[in-house]
Amino acid sequence: MVILFGFTLNGFEVLAWENMSILEVAGFYGIEIPTLCFMEGLSPYGGCRLCLVEVGPVGKSRLVTSCTYPAREGIEVRTHSQKVLQQRRMLLELYVAACPSSKWLQDLASKHHVTEVRFKPKGEECILCGRCVRMCREQMMGEAIGYVDRGTQRRITTPFDKKSEDCRLCGGCMYVCPVCQLRCQGPKEESTLCSSCLNLYPPCAEKFEEVMCYMDPCAACELEKG
Amino acid sequence: MNALGLLRDVKELKRLKSELKKEKREKFVSVCGDTGCSVWDSKKVDEVFRRVLEEKGLSEEIPVKSTGCLGFCECGPVVIVFPEEIFYQKVNEEDVEEIVEETVVKGKVVERLLYHDPREDKKIVKASDIPFYKKQVRNLLGDNWLIDPGSIVDYFSREGYAAAAKAFTEMSPEEVINEIKEARLRGRGGAGFPTGVKWEECFTKNVENKYIICNADEGDPGAFMDRSILEGNPHSVLEGMMIGGYATGSNHGIVYIREEYPTALEKVKNAILKARETGMLGENILNSGFDFDITVSVGAGAFVCGETSALVNSIEGKVGEPRQKPPHLAEKGLYGKPTVVNNVETLANVPRIIRWGAEEFARAGSKNSGGTKIFSLVGKIRNTGLVEVPLGLPLREIIYEIGGGIKGGGHLKAVQTGGPSGGCLPGYMLDIPTDFEELDAAGSMMGSGGMIVMDYGTCMVEFSRYFLSFLSGESCGKCFSCREGIYRMLEIVEEVAAGTATLSHLDLLEELGEMVKNTTMCGLGKTSANPVLSTLKFFKGEYLAHIMENRCPAGVCRALVTVFINQELCSGCGVCRKKCPEEAITGEKKEPHYIEKALCSKCGICIESCPEEAITRA
Repeated sequence: MVILFGFTLNGFEVLAWENMSILEVAGFYGIEIPTLCFMEGLSPYGGCRLCLVEVGPVGKSRLVTSCTYPAREGIEVRTHSQKVLQQRRMLLELYVAACPSSKWLQDLASKHHVTEVRFKPKGEECILCGRCVRMCREQMMGEAIGYVDRGTQRRITTPFDKKSEDCRLCGGCMYVCPVCQLRCQGPKEESTLCSSCLNLYPPCAEKFEEVMCYMDPCAACELEKG
Repeated sequence: MNALGLLRDVKELKRLKSELKKEKREKFVSVCGDTGCSVWDSKKVDEVFRRVLEEKGLSEEIPVKSTGCLGFCECGPVVIVFPEEIFYQKVNEEDVEEIVEETVVKGKVVERLLYHDPREDKKIVKASDIPFYKKQVRNLLGDNWLIDPGSIVDYFSREGYAAAAKAFTEMSPEEVINEIKEARLRGRGGAGFPTGVKWEECFTKNVENKYIICNADEGDPGAFMDRSILEGNPHSVLEGMMIGGYATGSNHGIVYIREEYPTALEKVKNAILKARETGMLGENILNSGFDFDITVSVGAGAFVCGETSALVNSIEGKVGEPRQKPPHLAEKGLYGKPTVVNNVETLANVPRIIRWGAEEFARAGSKNSGGTKIFSLVGKIRNTGLVEVPLGLPLREIIYEIGGGIKGGGHLKAVQTGGPSGGCLPGYMLDIPTDFEELDAAGSMMGSGGMIVMDYGTCMVEFSRYFLSFLSGESCGKCFSCREGIYRMLEIVEEVAAGTATLSHLDLLEELGEMVKNTTMCGLGKTSANPVLSTLKFFKGEYLAHIMENRCPAGVCRALVTVFINQELCSGCGVCRKKCPEEAITGEKKEPHYIEKALCSKCGICIESCPEEAITRA
């Protein structure tokens, strides 16, 4: 049996079902909340922090990620308050500074009126949103990749940075990646070169000797080898 | 008293205790066997004591106890001779013979080994008369003097497991929870959540297989309270867990302990075995119908695993990352079951509340929180060590009366409470009481009890740089805001320290700090900006001096200081020239030397080596 209950969303009384996240409810009512690590079909992760909303009465509120926060009866939620927008812009500025080459992030930043980046560009190729990890585990039943290390050292890779036996070369990880999905379409046959990423510098060539985007063979890697 | 058998019910426990009382030995020697004193070779002192007593045929009569931390680490190795409580400091192997000969046999005092009080300029004989101990209320640490942590008999003789027996046979779980609530006991791990409320939440869940976890993943730099309790009195923590298990309806306790604490780990494991042997753990404890057992889970030593939900993930074998709350652990914790996680110190307080009653326990403490709190007092302080004080005691009393003031006669610049997540408070705020709310309001926090005292030789920019670099490595890295926010803050603070920052960097730093505080998921991430925000609030002038004047007032930041030799004082001995790793110092013998600025790395080795004190950094 479905239990309906009500709470306040941006000043309006809205209804929600049990086990719905605030993000889902907001989406249902047509309120757009930007997301990055969230993807339908994958479990919510709450790592990118972009989908922040303000929960609680003014003055006593706190910011939570709407993708992981369950809608509960009687709570007060604001999705576009001053506090939320300010922090969201700061996050986007940091995203662009970390990963300046990503079109996805640039578009998102400009949509939220981030016009200036005050940090040194880092040129990273991964924002650790973890979509690929969850895609591999939850949809492809692969579990070929995961997180390694912590803090600023954290990265996503195969166990021991070696080519994984569990990887079926499905390309799901690249398909969902917000940073590199336009880059490489994955290999065709084992011996052919896909060539899709020839015009780009291979981001993982420095890190992996034999793996590129956890896939093998890859045009860029073959090129690197000469 | 021979080998201990299984204690089947409360009567047998009482009989054992009365036997122990009769056999009680008044005379014994306590040698601190904890890490601080071990560094000064207290293990050898301990061995020699045992050997000398053996030789004299006194080893039966006068046992030697290798105890947990005695608190006064500054004076290590510490030896206390009972029953007179004679306190000997900085004892080495050669002194042992004399102590045995004079004090143990003849009952005289060895003057030269006594503690010398610099303020009153006199020697003090009795441990409890030393100002460092006198001002403290040592409810938790007091037993460390008297107990050999490896012996459950010692714990029994100090009213051990009496509280558990009382709770299991005379009280209902609700009564236990009420007693804890009335005692105003609050979590000592940092957040200060009322323990009674936490237990009640778990108790009301009608589910089988609940868990109670003891959080012994003490990760703050400079904090060692939990380790000292586990190493000095492990049974008190186990008893606290048993009572907690009874009150929450859980039959399984887990001690989560970090691998970096091998001694504590060994002592806890040993204590669990002893408790099982005597029937204090197992099925139908003391014929009360309550089953409880404790296992140990070893963590790999990540700062973030001190966060309760990350800790639970780690026990489950997952990556140590905090979970999103709600659901809280009391609803869905370890393996999806209701779980309570308590700090070591919190649990060690529990037996005392049950034994003494809430009123007596809360007599020490402030309006909102009862009992005592252990602080590890470190930094530029005369009496480094563990101090236990009633909650609400002003910082000034802890630092000046117990801590003995600033080392080397300098002035206090700031004191940091609460570890890496805490903030630092300037000298004029020392009168605020050490209370959860008061410290929070001042911009710092209680944290787990680290207290780092700084004098004017500490640069606050360097201070925040240190904690940011610690946190950037210890953040779990899940939340972008924490991982990237700390990285960027560190980047800016490093620029400030190098003298290349501009004024707009400071605004950005503050903005970043607020962002990290607001948008990160777990408690550790939220507070990780505190060192920066509090130094920016109270010591902005120092940041400005770095930026505007390219000057480090404390003379610490290498890029902004120069090292030079005072030509009038230099005797030309050449020590600095030989020691300089950069070969930056030149000069003729017996002639004043000078430092070549372009080569100097400002490491400061020459400053330390100069016998004339002619080299300075400014």
